[in-house]
Amino acid sequence: MKFKRFFSQIYLTLIFIFLYAPIAVLIVFSFNSGKGSRFDGFSLRWYEELFQSEMILDALWNTLFIAVTSALIATIIGLISCIGISALKGKPKAVYMALNNIPMLNSELVTGLSLMLVFAAFGLTAGYPTILIAHITFNIPYVILSIMPRLRQTNKSTYEAAIDLGASPTYAFYKVVLPELMPGIFSGFLLAFTMSLDDFIITYFTRGAGINTLSTLIYSEVRKGIKPTINALSTIMFVSVLLLLFFINRPKKATNEIL
Amino acid sequence: MRKKYLVITAALSLSLTFAGCSDSNSEEANQGNVVKVYNWGDYIDEDVIAQFEEETGIDVIYDTFSTNEEMYAKIASDPSLYDVICPSDYMIQKMIENNLLSEINWDNVPNIENIDSLMMDRVSDFDPGNKYTVPYTYGTVGILYNTSMVDEEITSWDVLWDETYKNNIIMQDSVRDAFAVALKKLGYSLNSTNEHELEQAKDLLHEQYPLVKAYAIDEVRDKMINGAAALGVIYSGEYLYCSEENPDLAYVVPEEGSNLWIDGWVITSGSKNKENAEKWLDFLARPEIALKNFEYITYSTPNVAAQEMIDEEYLEDPAVFPDEEIINRCEIFQYLGQEMEDLYYEMWKLVK
Repeated sequence: MKFKRFFSQIYLTLIFIFLYAPIAVLIVFSFNSGKGSRFDGFSLRWYEELFQSEMILDALWNTLFIAVTSALIATIIGLISCIGISALKGKPKAVYMALNNIPMLNSELVTGLSLMLVFAAFGLTAGYPTILIAHITFNIPYVILSIMPRLRQTNKSTYEAAIDLGASPTYAFYKVVLPELMPGIFSGFLLAFTMSLDDFIITYFTRGAGINTLSTLIYSEVRKGIKPTINALSTIMFVSVLLLLFFINRPKKATNEIL
Repeated sequence: MRKKYLVITAALSLSLTFAGCSDSNSEEANQGNVVKVYNWGDYIDEDVIAQFEEETGIDVIYDTFSTNEEMYAKIASDPSLYDVICPSDYMIQKMIENNLLSEINWDNVPNIENIDSLMMDRVSDFDPGNKYTVPYTYGTVGILYNTSMVDEEITSWDVLWDETYKNNIIMQDSVRDAFAVALKKLGYSLNSTNEHELEQAKDLLHEQYPLVKAYAIDEVRDKMINGAAALGVIYSGEYLYCSEENPDLAYVVPEEGSNLWIDGWVITSGSKNKENAEKWLDFLARPEIALKNFEYITYSTPNVAAQEMIDEEYLEDPAVFPDEEIINRCEIFQYLGQEMEDLYYEMWKLVK
């Protein structure tokens, strides 16, 4: 038995090394004073350069703006769609859910290309609006997928009870249904946010002149080698996400204890 | 039915509003004082852009690409997407052939005087009559070697076929670059379209295969810095950086000749801001600006007036600034047409 536990421990450790060692290397090299793949000493040089590079900061701003806005809009549209779908029954419902799943399984290449063609057909010049529309489009299915299960769990009777007690449907929705859906909505928003943040292919097809997100900017630097400023930026993003996760998970624990 | 109709009208009106938005945007862009620049990633000192904007009042819409082919696809789909772009030699030739570029009015670019006449001469190999191109950077392909691992003085491509360096050689992992090495060693043109010559080059490369430690592109730099190999085929532009990281590294352009590459600024045929584009070209050809960009990019600048301000240490290094004799023994890649490109590629597959 001891033997078995020992091995499972090693296995787990190996997996985590596998997952986190690359990130650790990236973080270490963001503090490298040299440029190469050798560690020459500690320095904050790349962090300084990062905050002086307007191009990178512009791309960062574009990325964050598009991620937040598209996630927000997709969440609202997704929420409305969920309520609509949940009112359906039987076959139509299954059909709609299947239709919702296809864009997620579909290759991003197809999504990106088809969006580009649609924009061209409607005479939209590629630019900020096109990236935003594209991101909203591919975000909606993820939002629906994370809100739907929540909606299924909610008890319809509470809503009916609110109506019986004299609440208007809108009031009952805001006071009874929405709070119950909140965790699902929130996780849908986060999922959409991260999907948008990471996206390269669809952005690449739908972006216009002069608008770079981080992923397209980094890609274009490949010829001259990616500079450690990008390591610095990645480190900051990683740490931010880590802090965000701690922030999200903490209050949850507290409520669990109360329960 | 009515519901469906409503949804469709809503969708239509939404798309129309967006279309309206973008229309006004592009109009604004046309009326406003802008220049749309499309350059390699990380290929300019950002201060230069800010300085240009401040001085001229022209807004720079700056965008980047990572390969000539990616850039070509965009411009070919719509030549008015950008005003000025910075392709490499063979791509400029291809774009001229496909009417994607517009001739420069040299009266508006007086600083062209600062550019090396020798370089303008070489540019005319792919831009006959010097009508389209303001050279920006240039360099050669050669052998980077570690002096602590190689005792002899290297002068020839032959060393890449020397058994003593077995498993100590890194070759370029790109078709044209690899064939250029073999063709030059055989004394042929690196733009050869002679099947017999190519066959010989292929056999030579195949013979070299067991000696090669790795075929690489970007990683040549890091491997040489780490001392993972004694010899590597590399672009001269990487040399400055490599030798700063590892002082044992030296660079040579073999006497049989090699490839000379030039990246230059050109104006697209669809440019709607041609005057601004010419101001951009003129600005970049200013000595101080060219110097600034040289210090940032570290690729050789063809700007003679800028060269005068560069440290002698660099100027006298033939690896950074090849002299006339070296440049004359080098050839510029030409676009050989799809059929030849396919043949090269087929042969390259047989090598590995």
